Amino acid sequence: MTFFFYLPLLLLYALFAIYAERKISAFIQNRLGPMQTGPYGIAQTIADFIKLIQKEDIVPGVAISWLFKISPIATFAVVFAGFSLLPVHANWPGAEMASGVFVLLAIVSLDVIGLLLIGWSSNNKYSTLGAFRAAAQLLSYEIALGISVLVVCVWSGTLNLQEISYRQGQYHTEPLYFLGIPGWWNVQPLGGFLAWHVCTMPLLFFVWLIFFIASLAEANRAPFDLPEAESELVGGIQTEYSGFRWAVIMFAEYGMMLLVSLVGVILFFGSWYSPIPNIGGLEFASWTNGTPGTWTASVWGGFWLISKSLLMVSLQIWVRWTFPRLRINQLMSLCWKYLVPFALIFLLFTALWKIWLTL
Amino acid sequence: MKSEELASFLQQYFQHQFEKIELMNGSCFIEVSSNNSFELLSNLKNHPQLYFDSLSCLTAIDNGAQAGSMEVIYQLYSIPFHHSLSAKVILPREHPTIDSVESIWKTANWHEREAYDMFGISFNNHPDLRRILMPADWEGFPLRKDYQTQETYRNIKVDYQQP
Amino acid sequence: MKPTYHYTENNLIDSEPNKFKEENLRSEEMILNIGPQHPSTHGVLRLEVISDGEVIKEVVPHIGYLHRCFEKHAENLPFNQIIPFVDRIDYLASMNNEHAYALGVEKMLGIIEQIPRRVEYIRVLVAELNRIASHFIAIGTYGMDIGAFTPFFWVMRDREHILRLLEWASGSRLLYNYIWIGGLFYDIPVGFEEQCQQYIKYLKPKLQELEDILINNKIFIERTANVGVLPLHTAINYGITGPMLRASGLRFDLRKVDAYSIYPELDFHVPIGEGKMGKLGDCWDRTWVRMQEIYQSVSIIEQCVARLTSDLKRDVTFDPQALVPKKIRPAAQDFYCRAENPKGELGFFFRTDGRNDVPVRCKVRGPSFVNLSVLPALAKGVLLADLIAIVGSLDLVMGEVDR
Repeated sequence: MTFFFYLPLLLLYALFAIYAERKISAFIQNRLGPMQTGPYGIAQTIADFIKLIQKEDIVPGVAISWLFKISPIATFAVVFAGFSLLPVHANWPGAEMASGVFVLLAIVSLDVIGLLLIGWSSNNKYSTLGAFRAAAQLLSYEIALGISVLVVCVWSGTLNLQEISYRQGQYHTEPLYFLGIPGWWNVQPLGGFLAWHVCTMPLLFFVWLIFFIASLAEANRAPFDLPEAESELVGGIQTEYSGFRWAVIMFAEYGMMLLVSLVGVILFFGSWYSPIPNIGGLEFASWTNGTPGTWTASVWGGFWLISKSLLMVSLQIWVRWTFPRLRINQLMSLCWKYLVPFALIFLLFTALWKIWLTL
Repeated sequence: MKSEELASFLQQYFQHQFEKIELMNGSCFIEVSSNNSFELLSNLKNHPQLYFDSLSCLTAIDNGAQAGSMEVIYQLYSIPFHHSLSAKVILPREHPTIDSVESIWKTANWHEREAYDMFGISFNNHPDLRRILMPADWEGFPLRKDYQTQETYRNIKVDYQQP
Repeated sequence: MKPTYHYTENNLIDSEPNKFKEENLRSEEMILNIGPQHPSTHGVLRLEVISDGEVIKEVVPHIGYLHRCFEKHAENLPFNQIIPFVDRIDYLASMNNEHAYALGVEKMLGIIEQIPRRVEYIRVLVAELNRIASHFIAIGTYGMDIGAFTPFFWVMRDREHILRLLEWASGSRLLYNYIWIGGLFYDIPVGFEEQCQQYIKYLKPKLQELEDILINNKIFIERTANVGVLPLHTAINYGITGPMLRASGLRFDLRKVDAYSIYPELDFHVPIGEGKMGKLGDCWDRTWVRMQEIYQSVSIIEQCVARLTSDLKRDVTFDPQALVPKKIRPAAQDFYCRAENPKGELGFFFRTDGRNDVPVRCKVRGPSFVNLSVLPALAKGVLLADLIAIVGSLDLVMGEVDR
């Protein structure tokens, strides 16, 4: 079922994410962005896509032909497989499994194989350098990403993504204390953003920062776009690609952006819960969350999850158009000297806090 | 030092090392023979009162087939003392050779390569004397006065012809 | 059919097109050709790189892809007709080139003292505007080399106003042919001074924004500080001039040293690198010096505009072409003149024979050409990303390297 939900969603999302990327970058750079194709240029991505599928499918003579052809699709398949595990709303847990987070991380880490194959099979010096960079980068940031996810799992006491979602709002059965101070202010009946993980556990906000930085690196977004570093490696791993296969690589990249954003929202920002809390008699949270088991919860849940993730995607776009690119050794030292140790420290403190909470 | 002072200073201390000295439009020119140009230039650089630590420009001039000579002109400048000097070396047009000053000023490396490329002056002891602007298999030296372009370069017609 | 190449005895050098050969490499090394078509070689520079993975062992620049035979052209053209070619040497700072060239020919003719002061002020005004435009390109494209796209668009937006101003004055946007020998093509249009004032007012906050987003950005500092450190003695030995030399810590600006034109009357100071973020003479210092020079140029423009609107005001009798000689025939001489271009010392060497309107030889000492020659020394043992950072910080204009 998730297949039929996420594939059209992903296609639609890619169209609008690319449009958003162009418009947001244009806004940041005092330009207009695409304006000619359709009103405000909204059909620009479609036009580009039509152009791309018309282009000749060039395979360089020295490339490893079959590998060159399948590796973009392999990359996309890995990213797409990740979506199957995500819950969409209260009634639809996706492919629910007790160890959902674990499987998700395992699938995400397969992404590196696709990128390595793309770079390696091109048989181009720039692509090979890009592939090496991709391998080094993704493997290192996997660890920071994994530990930051682990902190959430420790806090929520489950690896099930749907249960993690449930824990962040008014449908949770136990009391949720604001800022994680036991017995102080139970925000479970209020719901809204007050019950999200970042609010019920203050450390998790910093953990989210680590997660966000690591997820930028996982999605190969600037400032961590070293595998395709345009000014250094021309196009990096995708130098030799053109036409539809290149579009698939881009598609995988944008899919990865959405995937890590969805995971971030599910783990830290209240999943499919509404951000508006109940205020006195005005039960905003209850109204905007819908009733579980009915279609209202499905519509509201899907709406909130997707909107929050798109906000995260916009954040990624914003970061991309603001910062310069890191060097490869700075990338490594950022991961191993800062993110991983801090993530471990947060893991320790979260575990201690959890013990304090359950005393 | 002003140009006049510089000229008298040079006449006093380096008299036997150069052949001619003249003042032209406010700047000082000396003429050096190609045999001791390297020695003189390195002296000019290392002399504590002259200290020409910067080679602004190195250029070559072809005087044409009639005169039968070529010139290499060094534009020296001393950053601490703010004085400048031009040193001129006259070379025969057939097989012009001169000692490279690359070991004195590193900047001469590319300037000399350019002079070699455009005039065919070969510099002794140059570490990397290749053509710099023209392709390596180009024929002739373009800035010589009697230069004729080759007809084809790698099967491409060189001279543009009106269609 | 395999093409056959014809070698003559004189140019039989088997290292072209590559200096290095695959057979001579050790097992870890690889030849990587960066350019001539590459996003960050600023034109058609080709760098032949011996690299061990990401580490650069050796760099050999190959130039000449944009060679347009300026010197050969100049030997066949009268002095005044060379000016449009001079524009094309450093096409990002045409006004500065023209200014240097016109000063040189005027000195040869001996009319330099008679040039009206209003003409000289206008020349400095447009040259400094163009210097800002050139530094904008340098900083903007440098940001792009480092991976920050946004500052590039910001500086292009601000540069656009300068191009419009200069277009208003001269009629073209990039290659102006505005400063003539002995005068100007035309007086500046009515209202130009006010527009300059408005532009300066607009520009000042934008410069601060540019510093915030790029120069003082943490990642930018990390990427550029302590990278490509150029010690002062190396810089002088390699003949480096301009912002690169000043970033290495020497207060050497020809506008002050040679005190040409009306620069002695203007109040500005010469910024030098201070090694604020790392070692003295690193890439960050070079960018920072360029940024500070923009501020100084802004101050020069303000002073020029102030003079042009007060004691050197426009009047109907003023003819910028009054002194333009009908026949430019300097006496027989050798002459080397130089001026401060945004990239460094732009020198012209002339030889005239006194019988012709055309120079016997007109050699250009392009600052980018000399500045590029230090690259193999700078980029030894650095990472690939640093190589790009170093090349960007040299602020090359290939038109000037190849001429």
